[in-house]
Amino acid sequence: MNKARRNPLNTALAHVVLITYTVIALFPVFVILINSFKTRKAIFREPLAMPNADSFSLIGYQTVLKQGDFFLYFQNSMIVTVATLFFVLLFGAMAAFALAEYRFKGNTLMGLYLALGIMIPIRIGTVAILDLMVSTGLVNTLMALILVYTAQGLPLAVFILSEFMRQVSDDLKNAGRIDGLSEYTIFFRLVLPLVRPSLATVAVFNMIPIWNDLWFPLILAPAEATKTLTLGSQVFIGQFVTDWNAVLSALSMAILPVMILYMIFSRQLIRGITSGAVK
Amino acid sequence: MGGIMKFPKIKWHIIVFLAPAVLVYTAIMIFPLFNTLRLALYVEVDQMRVFAGLENFRRLFGDPIWADQFWNSLGNNLWFFVVHMLVQNPIGIALAAILSHPRLRFAALYRSAIFIPTILSFVIVGFAWKLILSPIWGIAPDMLDAVGLKSLYAPWLGKEEYALTTLALISVWQFVGIPLMLIYAALLSIPEEILEAGEVDGITGSSAFWKIKLPLILPSIGIISILTFVGNFNAFDLIYTAQGALAGPNFSTDILGTFMYRTFFGFQLQLGDPHMGSAIATAMFGIILIGICIYLFGIQTRLRRYQF
Repeated sequence: MNKARRNPLNTALAHVVLITYTVIALFPVFVILINSFKTRKAIFREPLAMPNADSFSLIGYQTVLKQGDFFLYFQNSMIVTVATLFFVLLFGAMAAFALAEYRFKGNTLMGLYLALGIMIPIRIGTVAILDLMVSTGLVNTLMALILVYTAQGLPLAVFILSEFMRQVSDDLKNAGRIDGLSEYTIFFRLVLPLVRPSLATVAVFNMIPIWNDLWFPLILAPAEATKTLTLGSQVFIGQFVTDWNAVLSALSMAILPVMILYMIFSRQLIRGITSGAVK
Repeated sequence: MGGIMKFPKIKWHIIVFLAPAVLVYTAIMIFPLFNTLRLALYVEVDQMRVFAGLENFRRLFGDPIWADQFWNSLGNNLWFFVVHMLVQNPIGIALAAILSHPRLRFAALYRSAIFIPTILSFVIVGFAWKLILSPIWGIAPDMLDAVGLKSLYAPWLGKEEYALTTLALISVWQFVGIPLMLIYAALLSIPEEILEAGEVDGITGSSAFWKIKLPLILPSIGIISILTFVGNFNAFDLIYTAQGALAGPNFSTDILGTFMYRTFFGFQLQLGDPHMGSAIATAMFGIILIGICIYLFGIQTRLRRYQF
């Protein structure tokens, strides 16, 4: 059996195709990274060569660190992402627990209402969101971004988490009730620790779009003090178009944190997207 | 049991559990969404908001100043979507089919590497490709030269006839990972017995893919199609990063997202118009809704699902 699927020629061909596509996927990132460590002359003379003793230079990074406030931008992105994840997970898990655990009037309806936002992009409401943030004085605060991303992340979080909450054993919860635990204690002490893997999946899912978003930082929080890393690099690069060293270094610095996050969480992320089919 | 009638107690814990999520979601997402649809029915006269019915939509679809831009961006957006459907999804499916071969070595490595562009922000992707395709730096022309195809090179992002397709392909490059992963998962969930039963009947290799696997993964292909649709008709960041709010050259890369942004915030001499911006957002909402309905009622219900 399985002759066709074991044919060595086919296997070799599969590797050729996959290696080719991997090169296509990684080439631009690779070119940006190696050139960010080179002198301006070397960038143009031999763009595909690795930096060597002659062409090595950190001038681009020096410009970036002197001109742009990248640490502040990084800090802003960090605050927004971490705070959003906290609220999405806490509020999402609470709502998911209510929907999965209790039978009450309007349960299904509430589930559908919260699921609306899975397909409809929150960007459609931007005009009114800006209105709202202006009238509540939240424009140019990180809070505005945290609120918007929390609202954006909740629908999918509730949907995924309530699937998992349904799998938590009823016996365990009822044993807790007999022991006189309150519903809150049952949720925080018994159920939440059991669904930790699915919380991680939801977190990883939400992290990348929030970190990378340009639209809402541009509209709700474009002030210097609240720029996120994505918006900050966009503006910085726009101003330094002709300074190739600085642009390449800024790009590399923007790539770095995402790559680190990806290396830590890629397994979780891929497992989340493929809903567990891939181990 | 006891026979004592109790008044139904209000179960406060249910309300406490639901309230934060429902409040944030309603206040920041649902309410602004409907408020945006409502704002589309107003115009601004002397800094006052005046109800104007469907006037904004009449101008958007009928007044040449607006209608030309609207139909241009809608057409561009459609082409953007078509390129994704014709290039991104077939490549994703093909790569997933290859990756899902049993006992393929380094599969996890390929998978993680090919997914890397998907995690990068549009700012990185947009500028990186702009630099690589730039005639000043010369990476693209030099590489074409190396294979003797230098005559094919053109400053693609700067030419009206190529810019939109180039950007669509850059976006394809970035997002191939999504259909790849979803289809890969679907392929892995096909039980081995079915494939072996096919082999007994002499169906192997590529015909096993076309005759057995493809019909089984059709529901997943439906899902990646609707995800692509919603994502594309909501796109903005890549075009804005690579070509600016004016979506140059000469609006040839203007899509609904950039058109809405420009109208809402204004650019150069034109003042921002939140009401017209809302009208465009409403049109986008309608288009996305139509797409979702076609998927839910036209496609999803017709796909046969198999349970193993």
